[in-house]
Amino acid sequence: MSKNRFNLYKYAAPAHFYPLAGKLIPLFAIPSAILFIAGMYVGFFVAPTDAVQGESYRILFIHVPAAWMGMFLYVLMAIYAGVGWAFNARLASMMATAISPTGAIFTFISLVTGSLWGRPAWGVWWVWDARLTSTLILLFLYIGFISLQSSIDDPRRADRAGAVLALVGVINVPIIYFSVQWWNSLHQGATITKNSFKMAPSMAAAMFILLSACWLYSIAVVLARVRYIIREREQEAPWLAEATA
Amino acid sequence: MGLIRYFATDKYAVYIWGSYGVTFLLLAAEVFMLLNRKRKLTRHGTPQLASRDTRFETSLQEIQ
Amino acid sequence: MFGWLVWRDLILAWRRRADVLATLFFFIIVVSLFPLGIGPERETLRTIAPGVVWVAALLASMLSLGRIFGNDYQDGTLEQLLLTPQPAYLVVLAKVLAHWIVSEVPLVLIAPVLGVQFGLSQNGLAIVVVSLLLGTPVLSVIGSVGAALTLGLRAANVLVALLVLPLYIPVLIFGSGAVQASVTGSSPQAWLLLLGAMLIVSLVFAPWATSAALRISVE
Repeated sequence: MSKNRFNLYKYAAPAHFYPLAGKLIPLFAIPSAILFIAGMYVGFFVAPTDAVQGESYRILFIHVPAAWMGMFLYVLMAIYAGVGWAFNARLASMMATAISPTGAIFTFISLVTGSLWGRPAWGVWWVWDARLTSTLILLFLYIGFISLQSSIDDPRRADRAGAVLALVGVINVPIIYFSVQWWNSLHQGATITKNSFKMAPSMAAAMFILLSACWLYSIAVVLARVRYIIREREQEAPWLAEATA
Repeated sequence: MGLIRYFATDKYAVYIWGSYGVTFLLLAAEVFMLLNRKRKLTRHGTPQLASRDTRFETSLQEIQ
Repeated sequence: MFGWLVWRDLILAWRRRADVLATLFFFIIVVSLFPLGIGPERETLRTIAPGVVWVAALLASMLSLGRIFGNDYQDGTLEQLLLTPQPAYLVVLAKVLAHWIVSEVPLVLIAPVLGVQFGLSQNGLAIVVVSLLLGTPVLSVIGSVGAALTLGLRAANVLVALLVLPLYIPVLIFGSGAVQASVTGSSPQAWLLLLGAMLIVSLVFAPWATSAALRISVE
């Protein structure tokens, strides 16, 4: 076994991951801030005014990325939690715990911005359409995960219980979505005419830039949070005293 | 920055700025809470985690 | 062993009849609260009846979930049951069945009486019973996952509600949808078939998740 061979697996240990994460955070945080500014610029100064919705459609530039982040982060959280449970890998479980608040915040943002977009577009603050309702339920799933983990004192039990909940949730999300969609189609009293929305390239660009900004932001924030989780849980470890000196 | 003045008079301004305002407020709050967590860690040292099995603890007390 | 376990749980529940009856009375009271809060107009009541009965059934089920494993966890019996050569899957299934018989079936039996209060037609009442019969086992078995995850935690009751209610939503949609369909004259068949599908799938998969959660909570 060559000692000089680059071993990726060593980063599965909190002791090695901690300094790596510390170095990575600015690599993601600074580009994220730049992309946020760039995305806002393209969204407000380059993208044209929409014929139907005027200026209010610009809310979508942040609403759509936030909604996607909420969903992707949930799946990512479930994967990390499942890996941490199946392979008894503490760091993976810690990553799942670190992702949960960020995912919940993005889901909440998507609900608020969706509501604020809906008011000028449809005239109402809230509609029970499939996507909004499913997003609300996704928020409940996040809150359930966070509450469960915070009420269990033993960290390993919290990790594993969270994993079961996250995996059950991830399987249920498609079921919930389709049941809500069906429910919605059968109660189609107030018909919401879905605006057939022609996306100019600059609009798509703004959305994509802001989506990338959100991803980079999430990675930076999750890495920072997992470092604090490591510090809180590995307090006995000797490497910690050196690393935080 | 004529465009910004234009947006301020647009009737949708509240919604647009409200949305982006809420977004950046929440993201800033998240970062702020993280910094808070760091401050708590470095100031008070790492918190004690109760990893004892409290169920057995109470039954031990009953025996004694 | 399976039969013995079910019988044991039934006898234990009989000895604590008050708990069981409390769930039933909670159901009755909650259903009766809605007309008091909304108003006695016949048409309104008939419209909200399916939703009200189903939401109340959900809430009453949730209250009773702590009882599936709670008592056995406290006196150590649960650990012993998990140590037996019997697969934990069967232990869970037996306990869920006993819980369903004790806590859910009374709801199913009293629901038609409450439906009459809301002015549901005979057809509607029949579909209420059928949808509850199909849906309440799903509530029990999905609820058992939440009950197993929160064993022994402080404020477990509220936490179980938080965990399990999002998972209950499809059952609620299909169950009350079936009743609503029959009330408005269309066929409830599709809804009931979906409920049946949920029943089969959850009976197959959920006990597995519950037994995993039990092992996590008991160790």
